[in-house]
Amino acid sequence: MRVVVDLNRCQGYAQCVYAAPRHFVLHGREALVYDTAPDDADRAAIERAAQACPVRAITACADDPADDSADRAAAAGEAR
Amino acid sequence: MSAHDPGRIVIVGASLAGLSAAKALRAHGFSGGLMLVGDEPHRPYDRPPLSKQVLRGDFGPDTTLPQPADLDIAVRTGTAAAGLDRDGRAVILADGERLAYDRCLVATGTRARPWPNPAEAALAGVATLRTRADAERLRQRLRERPARVVLVGGGFISFEVASVCRELDIPVTVLVRDAVPLARAIGAPLGAFMAEVARDAGVDLRLGAAIARMEADGRGRLAGLVLEDGGRIETDCLVVAIGAARNVEWLDGAGLAADRNGLRCDRFCRALRADGTAADGIFAAGDVAHWPNPHDGDALVAVEHWGNAVAQARIAARNMLAQDPAGMVPHDHLPDFWSQQFGLTIKLLGLTAGADAFAVVRGAMAERRFLAVFGKAGRTVAVASVDSARWLPAYRSAILEGAPFPPLPGGLDAPRRIETQVLEETAR
Ligand SMILES: Cc1cc2nc3c(=O)[nH]c(=O)nc-3n(C[C@H](O)[C@H](O)[C@H](O)COP(=O)(O)OP(=O)(O)OC[C@H]3O[C@@H](n4cnc5c(N)ncnc54)[C@H](O)[C@@H]3O)c2cc1C
Ligand code: SF4
Repeated sequence: MRVVVDLNRCQGYAQCVYAAPRHFVLHGREALVYDTAPDDADRAAIERAAQACPVRAITACADDPADDSADRAAAAGEAR
Repeated sequence: MSAHDPGRIVIVGASLAGLSAAKALRAHGFSGGLMLVGDEPHRPYDRPPLSKQVLRGDFGPDTTLPQPADLDIAVRTGTAAAGLDRDGRAVILADGERLAYDRCLVATGTRARPWPNPAEAALAGVATLRTRADAERLRQRLRERPARVVLVGGGFISFEVASVCRELDIPVTVLVRDAVPLARAIGAPLGAFMAEVARDAGVDLRLGAAIARMEADGRGRLAGLVLEDGGRIETDCLVVAIGAARNVEWLDGAGLAADRNGLRCDRFCRALRADGTAADGIFAAGDVAHWPNPHDGDALVAVEHWGNAVAQARIAARNMLAQDPAGMVPHDHLPDFWSQQFGLTIKLLGLTAGADAFAVVRGAMAERRFLAVFGKAGRTVAVASVDSARWLPAYRSAILEGAPFPPLPGGLDAPRRIETQVLEETAR
């Protein structure tokens, strides 16, 4: 999975930390650090965290299955 | 072209602004061909963690941004754009290939400004930090526990890396040419506050200091620095963090108003031609854009922060789909950013440029937890928070309205007494 948190928006409420403690951690009083590439197996915890955030600062989604080389091939085909 | 009349959109620069624009285009119903071209070997990834958690090793270095599976976008990584043919409406790639477009978004951002002496910049052990590759190299280097890391530059990246070094218990020196670090972004009082925080954390912070020359060992590796005051620092790990240069060179010859300040655009994010009129079908967003800020009397700014890249990309995307200028919306984002260093979170809303007054309105600097506001000619222009993010939103409207300084939002926990500090010209 891929995760990004809008830290302008985040207010350090730490709801995500309670929901997914292995992936979201407070470093100091309100500096949120987080796992940017969690395992797909942890999807439920990540989604719980995203839901729990009162300011909706967390965006997460599954990995795009297409790898970069497939992308390039597709792009080259389209460009012609 | 509109959402219902799909054409082809080429986005140059596969990073935060480029991906944000692509997502917004699809969200607005654009169903035509969408191509994202980037010269880095990676899909769009997030940079802020690179100078913080990635270096510290809290989590892995892969900061690839979430990209919805149904985005339906062709991403060409490792592909540099070398030119723009405005009349022929095509982006020209480094290998000569032409990508035709109906709309083009310039989102090529910035790169780390290199050390001005090329021979010194090329020494092993002299690094900059902008890309994932840079961060992975520096992370590896920190694992080897250098005897001393030296940072040159008084900005956020310098302070964030110094903070990580101290957290890893690695000796660190920060060289800042100015009398106060971070002052351009957060003003002198907060810069002085952060200087104290850094020193308390064990940073050897040298203000008014500059490198006269570098010394190498026999094998082209950095061995030490000689300062302008004659002092010498032994180090084999120097991080050059002296700002950013805008990636506009590929636009040379396109007849656009691009210079070292970025690609000039209007309030609708339309790129301007050299004669100052809007170029047909070309837009700009993110760190590369140089735009009129309505919150500062339309003074031109280039905002090199995450929040602007996302907001401007969204506005540019909307306007790319508008039938005519009447359907366009202005980019009126209030600049904002955050930084994490020495365990503190610093946030800023608004612009401190030209501020002449400063006041702590909640909490106290001594507690390292406070909210401060900036005034300019009697109006409130910015608010900064140190570990007090929850108070920040209450001051947004004061800035947007240009409320009298210092602003006094009511409420039970409003401060009783506010001490205002006048900012000297030199300290601004
Ligand atoms: C280490 C670091 C830490 C940061 N921390 C913070 C923070 O804490 N808070 C904050 O608000 N902001 C922070 N920022 C700033 C934030 O990351 C940037 O504002 C943001 O990345 C801008 O996005 P962008 O898409 O406009 O430009 P960029 O991210 O610079 O992306 C531009 C992309 O275009 C590519 N490119 C350039 N020229 C060409 C070409 N000719 N052809 C093809 N591709 C090209 C570049 O290689 C790059 O991949 C940080 C930046 C760095 C480097
Ligand atoms: S729940 Fe949201 S606001 Fe709270 S720390 Fe997590 S991301 Fe930040």
